[in-house]
Amino acid sequence: MPQELTSELLKEIVQLIFERHGYDFRHYAEASLNRRMTRFLQISGTQPADLRYHITNDKSFFFWMLESLTVNVTEMFRDPMFYKSLVDKVLPILDTYPLLKIWHAGCATGEEVYSMAIILHEAGLLERTRIYATDINMANIKKAGAGIMSLEKIKEYTANYRKAGGAADFSDYYTARYDHAIINKQLTKNVLFSQHNLVTDNAFNEFQLVCCRNVMIYFDKELQNRVLNLFYQSLAPRGYLALGTKESLLFYDGMSKFEVIDDKNKIFRLKIDG
Amino acid sequence: MADKHPHIVLIGGSSGSITVLQQILAALPQHFTASVIIVIHRLRNVHSDLAAVLSVKHNVFEPEDKEPIIGGRIYLAPQNYHLLIEANRTFGMDYSELVNYSRPSIDVTFFSAAASYGPNATCVVLSGANKDGADGTHAILAKGGHAYVQHPHLSEYTAMPESTLKKNPSAKACTIQEIVQNIQQTII
Repeated sequence: MPQELTSELLKEIVQLIFERHGYDFRHYAEASLNRRMTRFLQISGTQPADLRYHITNDKSFFFWMLESLTVNVTEMFRDPMFYKSLVDKVLPILDTYPLLKIWHAGCATGEEVYSMAIILHEAGLLERTRIYATDINMANIKKAGAGIMSLEKIKEYTANYRKAGGAADFSDYYTARYDHAIINKQLTKNVLFSQHNLVTDNAFNEFQLVCCRNVMIYFDKELQNRVLNLFYQSLAPRGYLALGTKESLLFYDGMSKFEVIDDKNKIFRLKIDG
Repeated sequence: MADKHPHIVLIGGSSGSITVLQQILAALPQHFTASVIIVIHRLRNVHSDLAAVLSVKHNVFEPEDKEPIIGGRIYLAPQNYHLLIEANRTFGMDYSELVNYSRPSIDVTFFSAAASYGPNATCVVLSGANKDGADGTHAILAKGGHAYVQHPHLSEYTAMPESTLKKNPSAKACTIQEIVQNIQQTII
């Protein structure tokens, strides 16, 4: 087992990554970053003391490490009640707009985007919606665009979909091939997958709904605040913001600009004078 | 002193631990200074009333990301996240891979508490059917913290207490009564 990764060494490594490679983890939450890094040290069989050398001299090592530091876990219809709440409380309002733009920030490998596309399709909104799905990790973007998922997960996704109030035949939304399921291309034809870094990049469009679930949990309060401001700038008047079930606006400077639509499922909306 | 070196008591449990946990919580005094954090294996993506079920004598809170850890409170790790303890005494959420088939995982919370609270962390491992908690207990003991384990003979499911004791010979196998006494001494 590798030696313990101390808080001091982690800070030095984060600084080195920033100076050498330009990736900025300086405002990531320490406990989870330490956990990711420790896990990578175990998998790669690296001692903490050797990290500096490898990061400086070994490019392929660095990119392997980079992929391991960002969390890419996701699932379709995670937190089914969240999707039900979107269907009941948000989509009827969005239905009054002629054109819709949605930003999925930190979309990982796309499973939540597919889920969103399904509820939009069932509400008759998908044809006039454009979804911008972004992630920091280019490998994720490619995977999300391909729409290929492991077939063994479909059973759980189907159960989640049902709990979210889905009444259609879930198997209509994918094609099973060997051990894979390919998401129906009709669902993703209005989705634009692209790379975007929440830490360093700016607002790029105006949206009726920004969805960023369980991405900011990896950031410290300061960076969370910056990213929430970015979402604020990206929202159309009376736009909606959706976060993960244990995320909140409690520590956000601009909290008063939002009203709570669903406290439990963390759906917020810009106030009229917001 | 209490403010400078706040204590944290972590209780991990799985199958067969809920009634034991209710007994332990009912025996705690009304007021205490430490923070108590419970990590129970829970189903994901289903409605759960576990916090309410455990809120018999004290209110049990499910923390949100970045919430400060307050003394005298009992917290329950939320569904479908790993619960992390930051060095600045706040909670962190983590939605990465399952650990020991679980999210929340007991090991994950214990590891981060060992790093941030060191000798001021005390852990308790209750009944359960896998080995989650064994490695985390090791981390807590290595940092000078304390560990108490529900005696396997008195546990509905023995795997979790047994694997924790096997990995950590210095952890004490206890009756529920002894666990309650040890927690009481730690938290007041």
